[in-house]
Amino acid sequence: MNGQAITLHYDIDAADFSAAGEASSGVKRTLNQLGVNPAVVKRVAIAMYEAEINAIIHAGGGAADIAITPQKVEVKISDNGPGIPDLEKAMTAGWSTASETVRELGFGAGMGLPNMRRYTDEMKVESKVGEGTVVTLIVNIDN
Amino acid sequence: MSGEYSHSVMLDEKLCKGCTNCIKKCPMEAIRVQHGKAKILNDRCIDCGECIRTCPYKAKVALTDSWDLLAEYKYTIALPAPSLYMQFDLNTYSRKHIMAALKKLGFDYVYEVARGAEISTILTNKYLHENKEKWPLISTACPAVVRLIQLRYPNLIPHLMPIKSPMEIAAQNARREFCKINGVEPEDVGVFFISPCAAKMTSVKAPLEVHKSGVNGVIPIKTVYFKILKLLSKMKQQDVDDIMLQAGKYGVRWASTGGEALSIDSKRVLYVDGIQNVVKVLEDLEDDKIKNIEFIEASACTGGCTGGPLTVENMYVAKNRSRQQLEDEPAEYKEIEDWELEDTAWEKTIEHYEISKLDPDMFKAMEKLNKMNEIYEQLPALDCGACGSPSCRALAEDVVRGKAKTTDCIFILRRKIRKLANEMMMVNSGLDDGIDEKNSEAENENK
Repeated sequence: MNGQAITLHYDIDAADFSAAGEASSGVKRTLNQLGVNPAVVKRVAIAMYEAEINAIIHAGGGAADIAITPQKVEVKISDNGPGIPDLEKAMTAGWSTASETVRELGFGAGMGLPNMRRYTDEMKVESKVGEGTVVTLIVNIDN
Repeated sequence: MSGEYSHSVMLDEKLCKGCTNCIKKCPMEAIRVQHGKAKILNDRCIDCGECIRTCPYKAKVALTDSWDLLAEYKYTIALPAPSLYMQFDLNTYSRKHIMAALKKLGFDYVYEVARGAEISTILTNKYLHENKEKWPLISTACPAVVRLIQLRYPNLIPHLMPIKSPMEIAAQNARREFCKINGVEPEDVGVFFISPCAAKMTSVKAPLEVHKSGVNGVIPIKTVYFKILKLLSKMKQQDVDDIMLQAGKYGVRWASTGGEALSIDSKRVLYVDGIQNVVKVLEDLEDDKIKNIEFIEASACTGGCTGGPLTVENMYVAKNRSRQQLEDEPAEYKEIEDWELEDTAWEKTIEHYEISKLDPDMFKAMEKLNKMNEIYEQLPALDCGACGSPSCRALAEDVVRGKAKTTDCIFILRRKIRKLANEMMMVNSGLDDGIDEKNSEAENENK
């Protein structure tokens, strides 16, 4: 078992806001069972929820793959959405392409990616216009 | 948390039939049915009282103090919870009648917990404005919610309002007042809280926020209900007139949901009742999904304290009474003095009590988690509870914790038995052939 990882997979259902956060709740439960420091669990849950919401708002859903080792939690949220044309802009706080409908729901404030960066130790965004986006979030476990 | 954890919701084994109603309702998954009886997991129970409400056989009971305890003190003080008043028909009998009845029952003094609530509001407003970095602050009046946070939401512990509960404030101020007026020693006075819930008993026996509770005994509302009811019609007007009300309408309003939050100097308050709803709000709060809120009132019971498991009257009826009765009352009968606000801060901090971890060693925990997921895959995902664990996931967890077997699941058991039966049939049919052949050979030889 040593050196191996716990892997989890969740499908992120498109356009169902009420289901958003299901994957991050599941991850939270698992991390608690592993005895991961509560502050770390919180950071993972918040960052992951933001990524889940993004996949729902912009890409019509996607998938979440999580790998947990005693050193770190790695969350990969991938989608087959439109991709991000200007990554630098997307990382700017307050910048958003979310539709009016989405904003009316209280989302799309342009804090998604900046928040993900804030709550993680490492973050990687790979995106191809027309193909999709993969966001990798890494939070170190400092138990 | 020091030493052993004590809690007040208990099982009466004689009454327990081993049905699985309670395990499904427990918000903490703190009950298992094993060997035909329910078992409460002490570490996980938060004394919310859901199982007391759910059990069809009345086998879940709240450990409280008996009326006989009053006799052990030279003087006694009653602390009626605001929810006590709502148990009675307040159109016929006033709050004063109820307090006078308590005195008739032998209490030397009656001090309204509603006044403690008003003091708490003053302190809360002050703390709220001085500690903006801790917003939203979470009320600590409901002990079941405080336990819930201690066990399951450690990240929210810094948000807990570090002010003693209205019951504790009332207990210490009542004792000080009574001793001063009558010139008696504090230890000669027994202070008794008239309680709507079991969780208050725990916060008296094993307090989290004070070293020692100022309350000496907890008497359930349902114990005093009939005693008071019998006296109400017989109260002399003079006895009723002699009673001085100590709390105004805002203190008494704490009996129901929103009573506490709506007294706060802020519009950005949120109030939630019912333990499952509280869980949902705390979960969202922990995940930073709740924003721009300054204060959260949370009560484990639907309807707030009037919905407590040790109350008598239908919560909705009680709530209506509280609204009707309070409409015409003033905000204040007696001004709150400075000394009443003293010594009201928490005496100690609350520490996280870990219950989720599968193993202290993370490598082992990972192994167990993988095993747990493997077991879960075999289970039917019906969450029927027939195994005695509240859900299939909980059974899988119990198995890796060594507390249950996979064959506790009747579906797995059935599968195994069927397989076994098939094997036996195959073996049997093989044997039959052999025996039959031998027999027929033997028969032939005999011929």
